[in-house]
Amino acid sequence: MTSMPGQPVTAVVQRIEIQKLRQADNLILGFSIGGGIDQDPGQNPFSKDKTDKGIYVTRITPEGPAHEAGLRMGDKILQVNGWDMTMMTHDQARKRLTKKNEDVVRLLVTRKSLEEAVKQSMGSGPRQEHCGTPSNHKLMH
Amino acid sequence: MQSPTVMEAGDEVLHSLPVMEMGDVFQVLEVCETVEEIREVIVTTIEEDSNTNSPPVTSSGAGTKPSQDDNWGETTTAVTGTSEHSLSQEDIVRITKDLEDSVGLDCRRYFTLTLAVILGLLVFLTPLAFLVLPHLLWPEKLQSCGTACEGLFISVAFKLLILLLAVWALFFRQPRAGLPRVFVFRALLTVLVLLFVVSYWLFYGVRILDSQDENYQGIVQYAVSLVDALLFIHYLAIVLLELRQLQPCFSVCVTRSTDGEMRHYNLGQLSIQRAALAILEHYYCDFPVHNPALLSASKSRAAKHLAGLKVYNVDGEFPAGPAEGPGNNAAAGLAHSQSRAMIAAAARRRDTSHNELYYEEAEHERRVRKRKARLVVAVEEAFTHIKRMQEEEQKKAPGDVMDPREAAQAIFPSMARALQKYLRTTKQQHCHSMESIQQHLAFCITNNMTPKAFLESYLTPGPTLQYSRDHWLARQWTLSSEASVTSGLKDGTVFLLKCVDFSLVVTTKKIPYIQMSEEYIDPKSHKFVLRLQSETSV
Repeated sequence: MTSMPGQPVTAVVQRIEIQKLRQADNLILGFSIGGGIDQDPGQNPFSKDKTDKGIYVTRITPEGPAHEAGLRMGDKILQVNGWDMTMMTHDQARKRLTKKNEDVVRLLVTRKSLEEAVKQSMGSGPRQEHCGTPSNHKLMH
Repeated sequence: MQSPTVMEAGDEVLHSLPVMEMGDVFQVLEVCETVEEIREVIVTTIEEDSNTNSPPVTSSGAGTKPSQDDNWGETTTAVTGTSEHSLSQEDIVRITKDLEDSVGLDCRRYFTLTLAVILGLLVFLTPLAFLVLPHLLWPEKLQSCGTACEGLFISVAFKLLILLLAVWALFFRQPRAGLPRVFVFRALLTVLVLLFVVSYWLFYGVRILDSQDENYQGIVQYAVSLVDALLFIHYLAIVLLELRQLQPCFSVCVTRSTDGEMRHYNLGQLSIQRAALAILEHYYCDFPVHNPALLSASKSRAAKHLAGLKVYNVDGEFPAGPAEGPGNNAAAGLAHSQSRAMIAAAARRRDTSHNELYYEEAEHERRVRKRKARLVVAVEEAFTHIKRMQEEEQKKAPGDVMDPREAAQAIFPSMARALQKYLRTTKQQHCHSMESIQQHLAFCITNNMTPKAFLESYLTPGPTLQYSRDHWLARQWTLSSEASVTSGLKDGTVFLLKCVDFSLVVTTKKIPYIQMSEEYIDPKSHKFVLRLQSETSV
């Protein structure tokens, strides 16, 4: 995952689809986000590069919709329903995730363990690259 | 001793040897005996000499019987400083030095004093002479003095008064010291003033006295210009002598050679002798007093190191007798190899003197602290025995009233022993005499000082000036330097100030040239933002 401004970001991503849960008057997803281009990147405990101003998952409600969908703490959210999240302010990101007319959010997230898994599978042989890669792990450009 | 009569031819040579040896042995024995007798004689003469100086010790035994020499070791005498007619080496040096400077310096001081007085008189009387001489020499030709001219008289009078006060303030002060060389700036100024006055006199003599000028106002203005110029020369003197060295330019590091006490001072642009004078004045005020008793420990350790190894020449290579080229080299080479062997052996030897030093120092520290505790308690207790008498009580009981000196003498015995023991442990006992301690005690009592205040001057060694005059050790210092002593201080100048017991090593470092640039900060440019770190749950 490079973080050169203006350069395309290369990452191994996972698609996660979360169904929003209705709780009283709100639709909740069950996780908390941190980060954003208006925030201080040095205080992010999950980012590898301390200048990374992306949106990260900081907490997951256990047994919530996000946890069941496969989201984990420390994931970096790259897209929400097709909208790019890498250059967003914190408030803009919150708004994208909490649209009242959407029931489902489809996220593209990345985490360190994904890259390592791809490396391991690539290292064990070139053939497995074509058929061994799981369908929801894609190399994204 | 008779040789055996039955001898074979071949054995003659062999058997003759033992005879010769035994005969030789007998002769050797005789030689020894005579030597012993000679030794005895020498011993007795030494004893006779020493008997005049010191009281006779138990040494009469060896003098009576020449054949007994087991007392020889006990009867050797050494020159001690205990008799009233003996002088130690230090005293001799000090006396000769005192003689030298009491004669030499006074001569020079009187010479400079007379020169200064003559110059001063010349300077002050010259304007007055300029004004008075026309009236004496050609009074009838002289124009009368008008208003402007008389106004100038007042100006001359006041300027002369100011000049007199200024010269008194700058030059008529107690000399602080006698320096080895002439003070260059003062000499230059003296020459300048002399030249100046002489040139004015020349002009006056040629143009005014010879031609007998009638314009008296011109003459008065001439005298006023002289006094003005003298005031400007005085201004020059202030700048050269006083102002120039005020700005610090050099940082000097002064180290005492015996115990390494170091101080740093800032000096301006001075000549080496003036810098040395300033440093010595600081020395008397800042450096703790020199205590030779504290150096004996390291000297004894050094002596032990030297005495540890001795070199014996087993192979018998004696150097050639006369000191010729090759012979000398052999001797030098031998000494060199001997010293190298000593150094190598000393390095290999397992020296435990560091261990001794450590434990000795720890023990000494404990002892000092114990004695100090006893001393503090004794002094505090002693101070509780007296109290200041109030005014009302003074009328009541005039019996037992004491003045401070008597009060000090009354309480001194209770603390004397503890104080003496403490001073002995810290090796300061020669710095304080009984009289000085009692005086100090009376002083503290008079000024309502606490026991702790009284003790402070004994717990830490103070600067040299605080002690009595005979501890100032030397007022005669020798300045030794490689550069001329009237040259200015430069970066890296090193010179020594030697006195009888120690020397001060002075090194100079120049304060660097500082290049400063400016940076303007707009007061409105101070802006701050919060470091945000929000976490929102969705």
